[in-house]
Amino acid sequence: MSELLHAEGIVKRFGSFTALKGVTFRLRAGEIHALMGENGAGKSTLIKVLTGVHEADGGTVTVAGRGIRAASPREAEAAGISTVYQEVNLLPNLSVAENILMGRQPMRGPFIRHGEVKRRARAALARLGLEVDVGALLGTFPVAVQQMTAIARALDQEARVLILDEPTSSLDARESEELFAVMRRLRDEGMGIVFVSHFLDQIYAVSDRITVLRDGALVGTWEAAGLPRLELVSHMIGKEVTAGGGDGGVISVGGAEAFRVEGLERKGTVGPLTFSVMAGEATGLAGLLGSGRTETARMLFGIDAATGGRVTAGAEAVDLGSPRAAMAAGLAFCSEDRKVEGIIPSLSVRENIVLAMQASRGVLRRVPRAEQEALAARFIAALNIRTRGPETPIGTLSGGNQQKCLLARWMAMQPRLLILDEPTRGIDVGAKAEIEALCGELRRAGMSILFISAELEEVVRNCSRVVVLRDRRQAAVLDGPAISLRTIMETVAAS
Amino acid sequence: MKVFRSTLVWPLVALVVLLVFNAVASPGFFHVEWKDGRLFGTVVDIFNQGARVPMLLALGMTLVIATGGVDLSVGSIMAVSGAVAAMQVNAGAPMVQAVGAGLGLATLLGLVNGVLIARVGLQPIIATLVMMVAGRGLAMLLTGSQMVPFANRSLTWLANGSVGGLPVPVVLVLGLAVVTGWVLRRTAAGLFIEATGDNEKASRLAGIQTGGVRLAVYGFSGFCAGLSGVLEAANISAADPARIGDTRELDAIFAVVAGGTALTGGRFSLAGSVVGALLLQTLTLTLYNQNVAPAVAPVPKAVVILAVCLLHSPRLRARFGKRTQPVAA
Amino acid sequence: MNRIFASRLLPLMATGLVLVALFAAAGAGYENFLSARVVLNLFKDRAFLGVVAVGMTFVILSGGIDLSVGAVMAFTTVFLAKVIGGLGWSAPVAMLAAVGIGVGFGMFQGWVIHFFRIPAFLVTLAGMFLARGMAFVVSPRSVEIRSAFYDDLGERGLPLGEGLLLTVGPLVYLVVVAAGMVVAHGTRFGRNVYALGGNEASAALMGLPVGATRVGVYALCGGCAALGGVISTLALSSGDPTRGTGLELDAIAAAVIGGTVLTGGRGWVFGTFLGVLILGTIKTILDFDGSLDPAWLRIASGGLLLGFILLQKLIARRSVS
Repeated sequence: MSELLHAEGIVKRFGSFTALKGVTFRLRAGEIHALMGENGAGKSTLIKVLTGVHEADGGTVTVAGRGIRAASPREAEAAGISTVYQEVNLLPNLSVAENILMGRQPMRGPFIRHGEVKRRARAALARLGLEVDVGALLGTFPVAVQQMTAIARALDQEARVLILDEPTSSLDARESEELFAVMRRLRDEGMGIVFVSHFLDQIYAVSDRITVLRDGALVGTWEAAGLPRLELVSHMIGKEVTAGGGDGGVISVGGAEAFRVEGLERKGTVGPLTFSVMAGEATGLAGLLGSGRTETARMLFGIDAATGGRVTAGAEAVDLGSPRAAMAAGLAFCSEDRKVEGIIPSLSVRENIVLAMQASRGVLRRVPRAEQEALAARFIAALNIRTRGPETPIGTLSGGNQQKCLLARWMAMQPRLLILDEPTRGIDVGAKAEIEALCGELRRAGMSILFISAELEEVVRNCSRVVVLRDRRQAAVLDGPAISLRTIMETVAAS
Repeated sequence: MKVFRSTLVWPLVALVVLLVFNAVASPGFFHVEWKDGRLFGTVVDIFNQGARVPMLLALGMTLVIATGGVDLSVGSIMAVSGAVAAMQVNAGAPMVQAVGAGLGLATLLGLVNGVLIARVGLQPIIATLVMMVAGRGLAMLLTGSQMVPFANRSLTWLANGSVGGLPVPVVLVLGLAVVTGWVLRRTAAGLFIEATGDNEKASRLAGIQTGGVRLAVYGFSGFCAGLSGVLEAANISAADPARIGDTRELDAIFAVVAGGTALTGGRFSLAGSVVGALLLQTLTLTLYNQNVAPAVAPVPKAVVILAVCLLHSPRLRARFGKRTQPVAA
Repeated sequence: MNRIFASRLLPLMATGLVLVALFAAAGAGYENFLSARVVLNLFKDRAFLGVVAVGMTFVILSGGIDLSVGAVMAFTTVFLAKVIGGLGWSAPVAMLAAVGIGVGFGMFQGWVIHFFRIPAFLVTLAGMFLARGMAFVVSPRSVEIRSAFYDDLGERGLPLGEGLLLTVGPLVYLVVVAAGMVVAHGTRFGRNVYALGGNEASAALMGLPVGATRVGVYALCGGCAALGGVISTLALSSGDPTRGTGLELDAIAAAVIGGTVLTGGRGWVFGTFLGVLILGTIKTILDFDGSLDPAWLRIASGGLLLGFILLQKLIARRSVS
């Protein structure tokens, strides 16, 4: 088979951070090539370099033997590379036909030939085996049809390389199957397809080869048929399965049950989930990216409404109607998206720390300034927050120190259950260790923690119980001695 | 919220420059005299007229802009409250009741803005634009589109009287500014407003009722506009439903933006807005002294606002002229 | 298919219904309302608003707003009065120059909005004060325009029989509406405007010329505002720096009542045409009656504006769920 796309030694830096450290990627004509990796592996950066959204700082890209310098999405498209993004990047307010031909409409003088637009759109969709009213607005169709429209746009551009970035994340099983049928058909016509997905079943269902990235570097490329699932998972998270790591988790302190989650689910998103959270213990949520970890946390904190099941504390049902209700029930939630859902960037460290406490007291009962300052000083010292002072805007701090401020915000509330979603992501090693140590102290003080992390070792080190998620469902609950890297990975990789 | 921040420096410098120019160009500019138990002089006029409209409107507008919104309806709300107060005193109501009625209706209209924005989910420009049209219509309907003259000493006193030698509006508005600042600092309201404007999503997740915050600031903006409308009517002993507050929303935005509060929301400075309002009034008076027709006065105001916004523009700050992909994040 | 089609055109049908109902009610309530002369006068009276509203429709479709149109129109009227009466320019040249100034002014606003990423409402609010102020600089008072060309143009038009004449103003209005429909629907520029208003990031990823489209839209709107000014001088034979106060709101109201969504990306030029007729009919009714307070015009347009915005919200919410 001929080589269609060859990216050699791609380097991409963002400021002082190197997102891609000399990645090589080869795509053959007529293959479906899965691109895999956990958060921060560099998948999306690589895709953006290939599609001309980002300019590479080093390395070369050749398409069918010809070197290209794709500095814009337009040039990449001209070179035959098309992308279908997870959130379909089309225009719901225009017709299906227009979305396929936008910017390349056949013209007669200054006027668009609408009949010809529709004819070409129908032709492109027909290649995908889809027949819809191309004159109807795109937004009136389900996501599956919108995705097909995006692929049809690529076909009409005579794309030779098609990149599908998590195309199945909002599709149901039947729609995914239809998409796979189309992918196979295009592959057989000689197109090279790059497929990004977090669902192992789907990867194995359609892929010919698999490339794994980790921390911005290439781990390797394998024939899908010759790569066992467990091995794939271990490549992705960078841990040897055989090396044991069977620490058996943190010994349970035998605390009382603090919260019980029963059949909690949000239709089409995650669940049902059933597990207990013990006082003074950390419960882990483990699983690959996209397995429903964050979705579970958001449901528990009342951000996204659950459609079924319930949460109880002792005999009482917990109201999960809104974040405020969850806070009143003793829950606290430290979001994984620090910038968007965590910090108030232009406010000071002090103000960010007292924010949740102040919100729960109400607007009239202001936390006295002296108390605010004492609180800020205490947490800055206790969490070793490196800031010029309590009045420094939090936006100017490093990621790790911002994270500690947010931890302080919720610790000040003295919650009964602290939900930590990726508390150590994107922060330096020293800060990571400090945050883990802090979790230990909180546990010993009697607080329950729901610990979410893509770093399985962290989960093993900190948790007395681990809920393993696979494809947005609860796969297993591991207890005490059963917790090890190996058992978690085996549960994640099971089919 | 802190009174002395670096942002306050620029409007102060501009104010001083204008004052120095006036001191040179028009002798007697700083002349202040004591007559009939009160102060007279150009500087006093600046404070008086500046307080009556731009400063008062800017108080409410500052909080609205701090939440990341804008209120284009303040001019129309002024007209409504002025008309209501005038008609009430003509119907024989005592001054306090007349003013209360005007302020009450104005606050209600502000709250309607707030409901449309915080509950229905309209964009602030749109909701307040609707109120701008309908509010002016309401004022004209109430008055039959006629000027409403009145003879009520105590109402006129509100605009033209004096307290301890100072014009009543100056005392009233500066007092309101101080009280507002004090309340915002004594309660957590200031913190909640800044947090909402800076990052609404994170604020909600921290437990702040951001909808309530927005509702309150639009209500307060309506209240301020109402008081301003009453004072405008009191000043000439007549309420002109077509003219009161016409195009004054720009004055308020000017004062806020020049005072260092960014249109994108977040940190705000009430003191800055007060200085911004004085700057605006001084600019207006300077133009008048230089024989620029009053109708032309908006030109330099518009230029100043655009200039301040350009200075705030990250594009200009980063590297002027560097071409980047205009892809919205 | 039928259902989709219905919901897509629902706002437009609502607009049509309101117009018919208004006319029917007025016809029942007032004698002689349902006559060709009344309709013709309505067109003549609202022609300038109609032209301005077409430009506003494009701006709103692109996801922006232009508050400067009334002031630009006012500037155009005094500019024409000054250069024709004071400087002795020939009227057609002056008209061309006036429209050119409007286009240039719009382009400048569009450039500031796009390049510096300053909110459109603020830039055009400043633009409104700039243009209004400049109008007063040109002439602080209303000036009469005396020109043979104007007199001549005033008598021309399309005879409709029975002594009825469709004069140049409304004729230009109808041409602008037709041209606007063709541009919006049938050209790449028009479709790019919809794309820009639909989702700017997607439009950029599709490789569409986002910046040029945005600048073009404000240039078009500025040109329409100036053309509206030209038409208003035809009807009134004078220039006035205070003319067109509040026009921006009427233009926005006409577009929204006609089904154009304020967040951009959806709407019709034809809908705006209907919206202008609705506002015009309300004004005609108020003129006809005489006992009704003219303030109702503002309240009615404000109420209609809010009503149609809420209707759009409702439709959007329903189509999401």
